[in-house]
Amino acid sequence: MVLKINQSEFEIDRDKEKCISCQVCVRQCSNDVHEYDESEGTVLSENSRCVGCHRCETLCPTGSIKIKQRVSEFKGNANWSAENMKNIYKQAETGGVILTGMGCDKPYPIYWDHILFNASQVTNPSIDPLREPMEIKTFIGRKPDKLEIKAVRESDGRILKFENNLEPQLELNIPVLFSAMSYGSISLNAVKSVAKAASEFGTFYNTGEGGLHKDLKCYKKNTIVQVASGRFGVDKDYLNSGAAVEIKIGQGAKPGIGGHLPGEKVNYDVSTTRMIPEGSDAISPAPHHDIYSIEDLAQLIYALKEATEYKKPVGVKVSAVHNVAPIASGIVRAGADFISIDGFRGGTGAAPQVIRDNVGIPIELALASVDIRLREEGIRHKVSLIVGGSIRSSADVIKAIALGADAVYIGTAALIALGCHLCQKCYTSKCNWGIATQDPYLTKRLNPEIGTRRLLNLLNAWSHEIKEMLGGAGINAIESLRGNREHLRGVGLNEKELSILGIKHAGEAW
Amino acid sequence: MKKIYIKEEYCIACRLCEIYCQVKHSKSKKILKAFKNETDILSRVLVEEIGYNSFAIQCRHCEDAPCVEACISGAMQKNKNTGTVTCDEKKCVGCWMCIMACPYGVIKRDLSEKKVASKCDLCGDEEFPVCVRNCPNEALKFEDV
Repeated sequence: MVLKINQSEFEIDRDKEKCISCQVCVRQCSNDVHEYDESEGTVLSENSRCVGCHRCETLCPTGSIKIKQRVSEFKGNANWSAENMKNIYKQAETGGVILTGMGCDKPYPIYWDHILFNASQVTNPSIDPLREPMEIKTFIGRKPDKLEIKAVRESDGRILKFENNLEPQLELNIPVLFSAMSYGSISLNAVKSVAKAASEFGTFYNTGEGGLHKDLKCYKKNTIVQVASGRFGVDKDYLNSGAAVEIKIGQGAKPGIGGHLPGEKVNYDVSTTRMIPEGSDAISPAPHHDIYSIEDLAQLIYALKEATEYKKPVGVKVSAVHNVAPIASGIVRAGADFISIDGFRGGTGAAPQVIRDNVGIPIELALASVDIRLREEGIRHKVSLIVGGSIRSSADVIKAIALGADAVYIGTAALIALGCHLCQKCYTSKCNWGIATQDPYLTKRLNPEIGTRRLLNLLNAWSHEIKEMLGGAGINAIESLRGNREHLRGVGLNEKELSILGIKHAGEAW
Repeated sequence: MKKIYIKEEYCIACRLCEIYCQVKHSKSKKILKAFKNETDILSRVLVEEIGYNSFAIQCRHCEDAPCVEACISGAMQKNKNTGTVTCDEKKCVGCWMCIMACPYGVIKRDLSEKKVASKCDLCGDEEFPVCVRNCPNEALKFEDV
């Protein structure tokens, strides 16, 4: 037994006065933190195994457990932070890449929190969404270059007819979609909750690259099927089992990195869904091996459009990287109907920590620069923009739309609604909340009926808040807010940041 | 009548149903007092577990209840109006014939005071039985037949 230098991250504070030794915590912890001592009749806890998921604390019937960050102070050092030291201890012990889950948690600037939204006063009336109609319906897909309208003479006089052949569109009752989370990375019960909520609310969920489980085919009308570098589960039937197709080039949490689902997690169900042998590793290469240029991407886009008979929008998902604006321009020219941009705070089931925390750019800046670039080139209407990568509230949604997004993707927010406590241990497959796991003992903990209800509640709450904010600004349709940066002001941002975001500083009027 | 239905696919074996059943059938009705000061409070709901399969079972309040038939003292009765099968503990003599007769094994021996048969009473005075109300994953449902 070699000395382990790293100390436990959390401390279980058990109030002995309140603990009734009912052992709910013992039974609920998949990390074996709690143990019942029969001779003493008490429950003991081992701090070092705690990941801070708060499952025991939440289920304890007497509220006797409190999970605390265990603070052990190193000698103060502004250069060598405790995290740097702990990572080195860990790597010196294991010799491996440090894995982590969920999105980047480093204190980079969060631009959403430096942007303020406008409201009407005196000169333009605000609108009460409870009394007056308020439209937040959104359409995702390529829009026509111009409207072709023809006057037709009918028996009861002249009427105007819309002549354009519209490209396929997705109709959303709220500009929020559930982002790509594959069956494999999350449990079937979690995917079912998301899929059912999307179908009941009238929005979409994304299969991720794990293929489509047979139980989910009934949500066809609300499914975006993903084609990623591993091409798992992709065939003509799969492509036609959704309302739209998304080609995944990159993911915000790990731009430039592929994926690896270990063979142990590829059980019978996952293997048939992914169309790979049971127990084999599911490796998604870092690049698509048939895409090395915009022209190659165009070939894949049109191959998918052929396979779906031009009836479904085909989009491309990229992570927000330094040159995202010209890349997006290329994607539009390659024929994509929508672009999904995933910011560097986007979540993941597993990523090397060094990539997650140091690669990519904030979604706010990426979105603003892509929207401005596409407008300058006169091709903004050819594509819809969906952004993700840490949309945390309805305020983030409305700011994203004012910055130019058509809709947003929520992944982490949806999982939090299902109970996730952001312990960032998704890659261990021991999720105590039944979300990021395939262990049947744990997946049962997420009842999809409850999950669906909670997600519907979240979407309902956000749509009310979005309507209130729109009304306050005197806007009665979300279309009128899209790319309307006059409604945004920055606080605490420098000239460069303001110019990239394309917004004025707070205090600057027209 | 309303009965408790089991959705075993969502039972997470936390046994909170048992804990709240014990509290409900304690003298103090307070969780800390019941567990700290009272001894041998029986839970009338039982969580059965094999591997990851588990479910919470309690008296099914059978239409043609064998325990009622088997009871020699008339303690075990089926209420004609509510359909609930209850054991009148004052009448019970502790012969355990009901335990022998129950096909579900959900009647227990309560030896804490005078020995009596202890079983689910559907928490008659509550809108929902406490096991149903406190199941964190809705693995128990209280619905009309």
